[in-house]
Order: sequence, then C-alpha cells, then structure tokens
Amino acid sequence: MTANVGAGAAETTPTGQPMISISGLRKSFGPVEVLKNIDLVINQGEVVCVIGPSGSGKTTLLRCVNLLEKPSSGKIVVNGAEVTDPETDLDAVRKTVGMVFQQFNLFPHLSVMRNLTIAQTKLLGRSKSKAESIARHNLERVGLAHRETAYPAQLSGGQQQRVAIARSLSMDPALMLFDEPTSALDPELVGDVLAVMRGLARDGMTMMVVTHEMAFARDVADRVVFMDGGYVVEQGPPEQVIGDPQHERTKTFLHRVLNPTSVEEGEEFPAPPAEIPQPELPDPRGLGQSTQDG
Amino acid sequence: MTQAMPTVSSNRRMTRHNRTILVRTIQYVLLGAVVVLFAVVGDWSNFADQYLNWDVVKALFPRMLTTGLVNTLLYTAGAFILGLVLGLIVALMRLSEVWLYRAIATVYVELLRGLPTLLVLFLVVYGVPILFGDVSFLRDFYVQAIVGLGTVAGAYMSETIRAGIQAVPRGQMEAARTLGMSRTRAMLSIVIPQAFRIVIPPMTNELILLVKDSSLVYVLGVTAAQYELTKLSQVAASGGIRGIPNGPTPLLMAGMFYLVITLPLSQAVRALERRQARRGGH
Repeated sequence: MTANVGAGAAETTPTGQPMISISGLRKSFGPVEVLKNIDLVINQGEVVCVIGPSGSGKTTLLRCVNLLEKPSSGKIVVNGAEVTDPETDLDAVRKTVGMVFQQFNLFPHLSVMRNLTIAQTKLLGRSKSKAESIARHNLERVGLAHRETAYPAQLSGGQQQRVAIARSLSMDPALMLFDEPTSALDPELVGDVLAVMRGLARDGMTMMVVTHEMAFARDVADRVVFMDGGYVVEQGPPEQVIGDPQHERTKTFLHRVLNPTSVEEGEEFPAPPAEIPQPELPDPRGLGQSTQDG
Repeated sequence: MTQAMPTVSSNRRMTRHNRTILVRTIQYVLLGAVVVLFAVVGDWSNFADQYLNWDVVKALFPRMLTTGLVNTLLYTAGAFILGLVLGLIVALMRLSEVWLYRAIATVYVELLRGLPTLLVLFLVVYGVPILFGDVSFLRDFYVQAIVGLGTVAGAYMSETIRAGIQAVPRGQMEAARTLGMSRTRAMLSIVIPQAFRIVIPPMTNELILLVKDSSLVYVLGVTAAQYELTKLSQVAASGGIRGIPNGPTPLLMAGMFYLVITLPLSQAVRALERRQARRGGH
C-alpha cells in the first residue's frame, strides 16, 4: 500500500497504520467520470487536506470513504473494514467515521444536547447520563458548553458547525472527514471552526479535510493532496505542494486561490481564445428607428 | 392649444382617480340592487318560519349533539387515523428502493384518487361482507364506513406525507446515516419527525375535508343510532322523527354544527402556516 502513497508523502507521514486506503477508485455519475483511478492512503494520526478546483472530484472522493457515494469500481478500506465489500456492515463502520458537512446538517427538531446524544443512546447503547456527560465534554471542547439547551436555528453558522463537530466526536470516531467545513460560513465565523479543527489535529485525530483554506492546509496538514479533473495530480507535505508546486495545474490553481483579485496575465492563465467572434453592435439609434418604421 | 395643455394633463390625472370612484360606485349600486332584489322577491317571513323554527331547534338539539355530532366525529376520527396510518405506510412504500413496493403504492394511490369516494364506500360496504363475511369485526357498520372513508383519505394523505418527507433536506438523511443509523432508523428518528411538522397544515385540511365527506355515509343503509349530522338532519327535515314537524330547520342546524367544527380548524391551519412562514426564514 505504500506504493499508493505519493513520493513526497513517505517521509512526512507520521508512523501509523493505514486508516484509509483507497486503490483504483473510479466513480461516474451517468456518463461523467468524476474520479479516475484514485490511489490514496491516509495513516493513523495523519491530517490530510484535499485541495483543488471545484468539480475536481475532491468532495466525491471524501464521500466515497464512508460510502455516501457508491464507487463505480475500486477498493476502499477504512479502519480495517473494506467498505466497498457489499458484505461489510456499513452502519458499524460509519459509527467509527465522523463526518462534518458544508451545510452542518444538524437535526433542527432536536436540541443541541439531543443532537449529540441521539446516536450515542440509540446506536452505542450508552445510558442517557453517560451520553450527556460525553456530549458536555465535547461541547466544552468546541467552546459551546453553554448552549446545550439551544436549538440549531438559534445558533450562528459557526456555532452550528462546531456543534456538528462535537456531534461527530461524541461517537468516539477513529477518524474524521470534513467536507468544506467553512465554505458556508461568513468570513468572521471561519476562525472559530478552524481553531477547533486545529485542536483536533493536535490531539492526534486522523483527519481528511476537503478545504479551500490554504492557510489552514499549510499550517495544520501533514500532507496536501491536489486534485484536478478526477485525478490526484500532486501530493506531499504542504511546504512542497503549496510552497513549491511541481505541476502546471497545481501552480495555476494556487495562483488563482492565493491571488483572487490579481488580473496579471501569467503564462499559467489560459489565454482567451482569439477566434471568438465579437458580436457587431448595431448603432442603437439606427436600430430604434428601423423598428419604429417597421 | 398652449393654454389647454396643463388642463389636459391635470384632467387626465383626475380622470384616473375619478374612474376608480366611478367603478366602485357602480359596484356598490349593483351589489345593493342584488340585495334589494333578494329582500323584495324572497318570501322571508315564510323562509324564517321554515328554517328558523325555534321549537324544532330546541326539540332536536340534544339529539343533534349526542347522535349526529358524535357519529360525525366518530366516522371522521376513525377515517383520519386509518388514513394517517395507511398514508404513512404508502408514502414510505412510494419512496422505497424496492420496485414492487413502489408499484403497489402507486396503483393504490392512483386507483383511490381516481374513484369517487361515494363509489368506494359502496364497494366496501357491499364487498367486505362478501369477501370477509366470517370476520365479525368487519361486519360492524362503523368499521365498514371508516374503512371506506379511510382508504380514500389514505391515498390523498400518502401524497401529502411523501411531499413532506421529500421536503426534508437530503443532508438530514446523510448526517443520520453518517452517524451509523440504518435507513429505517434515520427515517423514523430524523426525517419523519421533521416531515410531520411540514405536513401539519395540509393534513389539517385533509381533516376538514373528511369532516364534510363523512356525510357520504348518509347514503348507506344506516340505522337511527348511526345517523351522523347530515342524515339525522335530513330525516328530521322530512318529518321522520316523531314530534318534529317536517321543515328544513334541521338542515340549517346541521350546517351550523359543521361550521363549529370546520371554522376553528381552518383558522388553525392559517395560524400554523403563518408560523411556518415566519420560521422558514431562519
């Protein structure tokens, strides 16, 4: 499986058993193939950020890990269980895999506390008091111990996302998946969520994070995976992939992301095709007269 | 010409205002004329004698309350509960991944929505004793009437519930599955509770329709103890109840009883819809 890991990854990954190992993964939506032969291994305790332009397949890749999307072919082993095997008890695997969504997806009809305890009591067989003490501990971790009686609609986006993280943590997951966790947040709320994620990374949580937050990827990730067009184009330690990208497509993407307002014409930018015919603008006054006449 | 110009423009503005007044005046005059016409042409004193016979009201009221209203509520509540259970099951079948369940549910919904409720009632009341003559429970008239009304209500309710389930964002099911819940558990604990909040107003409308549709039981061979409001009032109006002269007063009474049930319900629907509209914006 080490063969699947990119060249740059080997020396930076913390030693640990593979937590996620993906090989030969393909996924098509109808005629469109969004994942083309992906090989990727994420080891225990590793924080991997997946970056890339929209439509590159990074969210689909993440959703394949816990089989929210069913792969067209390939093999995925998560925490020792082959999730692509139809015989595998997916619900059992999912209990060990936390997931945080872009849209939070808290249960709006339940209080914050109940959001955190419902799966614990119904699926892990924990008593109400045990589940609540675990929930309180995790709410404290995300800095929201005082909001346990609130309902999701009463919280800001950033608070909702932190509750969502605490909800996942309450299941004692072996790894956590993050699907653009800050993309739906107002800019001033992003920091709190990222701080919680930094804390998790420090505590040794295995994390696979699809994100557009380059600063976060640079500071927190052990490895950055750049995807484009359904392929893993480049991967390695952040200082390499973000600091000194080797591939043309990585350079183009990073240039655009890191200089969103720049209009300079670097060679990375595809020049607009010259042969687009410019529509001939008729003289508006002439046009108006002709219609009046007609 | 030049002098007239300002007058023309101010005239035009006045005209627009005046035209509104003119149109409204005509409307009121017509409305008044219709009212006067009704008042003059109608034989009101006779109408009042017939429809507002207070002796009849006093004599019939207890029976309207204890037999008519009670039976109407029994038929309605029974059919609503049966419809709710059937509707939920059929809605889940229509959303199932199993082709056969979807097919059965679709046939049920299309058949029962396509037939007149009255015909379904007849089919049940005549058909059930032939099919299930040995099942004593099904020989009960209340059960038959409730089965007839409830199966039709179930078909309509299933579509409402299905829409409600589909209105719950996909992410809710995904978040529940991600925590390790099975599809069934996620449906029961997460999706359906939210769907029911969404469908409370349309379901209350279904209840209002059922209150009125329960009057269809009237055409079946009911005994005096089984009369609901419409049948009771019709029998009373045609002189079928001793001590009550024939005349349409009981019909008006039945109408009042229906409104006492339906008006608060439709008010409740409006209040619920307003509350949901306010909440929707968060």
